[in-house]
Amino acid sequence: MKELRLMKGNEAIAEAAIRCGCDAYFGYPITPQSEILEYLMVEKPHERTGMVVLQAESEVASINMVYAGAGCGRKVMTSSSSPGVSLMQEGLSYCAGAELPCLLVNVVRGGPGLGTIQPSQADYFQSTKGGGHGDYRLIVLAPSSVQEMCDFVGLGFDLAFKYRNPALILTDGAIGQMMEKVMLPASVNRWTEEEIKQQTPWATTGKPADRPANVITSLELDSAKQEKVNQKLQAKYAEMEKNEVRFERIQCDDAEYLFVAFGTSARICQKSIDLARAKGIKVGLLRPITLFPFPKDEIEKLAGQVKGMLSVEMNAGQMVEDIRLNAKGKCPVEHYGRFGGIMPSPDEVLKVLEQKFIGG
Amino acid sequence: MAKVKGAIVIDIQRCKGCEVCVPACPKDVIGMSTNVNNKGYHYAEPKHDDCIGCANCAIVCPDGVITVYRAKD
Amino acid sequence: MAETIFDPNIIKDQNLVYKRTDHMKEKALSYCPGCGHGTAHRILMEVIEEMGIQEKTIGVSPVGCSVLAYDFMNVDMQGAAHGRAPALATAIKRLMPDKFVFTYQGDGDLAAIGTAETIHACNRGEHITIIFINNGIYGMTGGQMAPTTLPGMRSSTSPYGRDEATMGHPLRMTELVATLPGTCFVTRQAVHTPGNVRKAKRALRTAFELQTRKIGVSFVEIVSNCNSGWKMTPVKANTWMEENMFPYYPLGDIKVPEKID
Repeated sequence: MKELRLMKGNEAIAEAAIRCGCDAYFGYPITPQSEILEYLMVEKPHERTGMVVLQAESEVASINMVYAGAGCGRKVMTSSSSPGVSLMQEGLSYCAGAELPCLLVNVVRGGPGLGTIQPSQADYFQSTKGGGHGDYRLIVLAPSSVQEMCDFVGLGFDLAFKYRNPALILTDGAIGQMMEKVMLPASVNRWTEEEIKQQTPWATTGKPADRPANVITSLELDSAKQEKVNQKLQAKYAEMEKNEVRFERIQCDDAEYLFVAFGTSARICQKSIDLARAKGIKVGLLRPITLFPFPKDEIEKLAGQVKGMLSVEMNAGQMVEDIRLNAKGKCPVEHYGRFGGIMPSPDEVLKVLEQKFIGG
Repeated sequence: MAKVKGAIVIDIQRCKGCEVCVPACPKDVIGMSTNVNNKGYHYAEPKHDDCIGCANCAIVCPDGVITVYRAKD
Repeated sequence: MAETIFDPNIIKDQNLVYKRTDHMKEKALSYCPGCGHGTAHRILMEVIEEMGIQEKTIGVSPVGCSVLAYDFMNVDMQGAAHGRAPALATAIKRLMPDKFVFTYQGDGDLAAIGTAETIHACNRGEHITIIFINNGIYGMTGGQMAPTTLPGMRSSTSPYGRDEATMGHPLRMTELVATLPGTCFVTRQAVHTPGNVRKAKRALRTAFELQTRKIGVSFVEIVSNCNSGWKMTPVKANTWMEENMFPYYPLGDIKVPEKID
């Protein structure tokens, strides 16, 4: 049954996992996302749905447990924050190479190194360009509300299984920790053994007499075959770029200037738009929801319409590179960022827009 | 007492000539061929027919190339 | 039938004593001549065949010489990242508790890069079987020093012999995991002689049977050779192993569970 609740973003992710038929969560504590594991431990999902929850010895172990669970055709997930996600990159690369559908949540904190525990968007490059070794992509979803934290768990699994590819929810400590009302979806059952065999005939569920043994691996030593593996992956990513681009346009129709921002930054920009329009400056916001696949066409289209784009990010300028690439010189593209756990304020963002494009 | 007679069949193309089977045989049945197989290994071959079918050679063969038979006279 | 010096009347199906199990795939093994991996693979698959559990078994292969174990073992398998096999096995078993789950790992994989995963899977008492092939060297990468390399033993990264003062001491993982309450059966075996093969196979059978009792990890070390890495003939390597490896890594059961009536 659907249910309206006031929850933290992290808790919404955990509750959504139970409700969307997730088979297992493997995780390791790290601020600012530990509520996900804590909530699951309190909720005893093994009693509610049979879902397995395990606190692993490290993020390295967690992601490899995810690899194995996904290899068995199960809906499995993990979550962490930046330093932990760095540790997971090897395992994620193996998941991508072995084409395993799984879900990862990165509640980003400021880096580099141990950095801070405050919110950041500095893991954009790592998330959208692969992250680990080899040519691969993750499906990257960027929620900007607690509701989307909840909704993107189910969506993430759906896309992961549709493409046999890892999906990532890229969020930050602000959305993970903030409380908002959230409409929780009705529970769906976990797949039965029969459904798993039907949906994932490639999975290691035990070799019956009537099929060859299934093998989950990312190894192919023959270069000619390894190139084919890569071509297959690239074709899959091209399909995602064709079919799965998601974004939100906010007051773009009459906009003369445009913010481009995702997640927490997008929320800040919405307030900046109100401040700008009160002053008679027509500003809109393009909020990419999928960071991979990136809304390339929409950027190009809007670049032909506005006088300038400002990429507002909690980093030193990462998404701005993708915006510049896709604006194709049709309008100036600037970046404004705060880092180290600092979030820009709405009037600060507006002031930068005015300085960069209007003169003031 | 009935006499036990054994026999071995060696898949010479899979044999890697490691010779581990040679000391495993209690009857010193196995030797290495002066010929080589397709991989270039001097493969194992029976030297005489005193085999008792104990399967020791097959059990220690890493490549599982030996099949063993045993019959009573 | 090729020509034979034996009485052809003996070579008949009804007289068959031993043949390679069809739970091993047809593919020729990629291992060096005389390598114990082949024997260990085969007795493992024989146990699975004799228990009739092919459909209920999921294996995890490592990184190292046996990285392609799934090309040879005819059961569903997953290839793990270097050292992570026990984490994979944990997840597989937790998600499918009625399955038989094993890892097959070398000493570099299990005792160096995968130490944390090994210790913690053992400490959590996962109901899995860990098979640990210890030949005291990194074989696939070309004979480098392993955590299990003996004192004074030469390898490509200890060319003057392992110096314990600067390179540390050989790690007895098997004794170490035996101290953990999460392990139920811990044993050290070998597969270089017929008698040792038979004992090792019995140990593997016990290890798999224990999975149904759900009392923790069953851990089977097999001390093995690496004639290429040790730069000896296979037969000489087996003798060297008896004279040098066994004193440091003595064979036998280290921990056995209580019998149930």
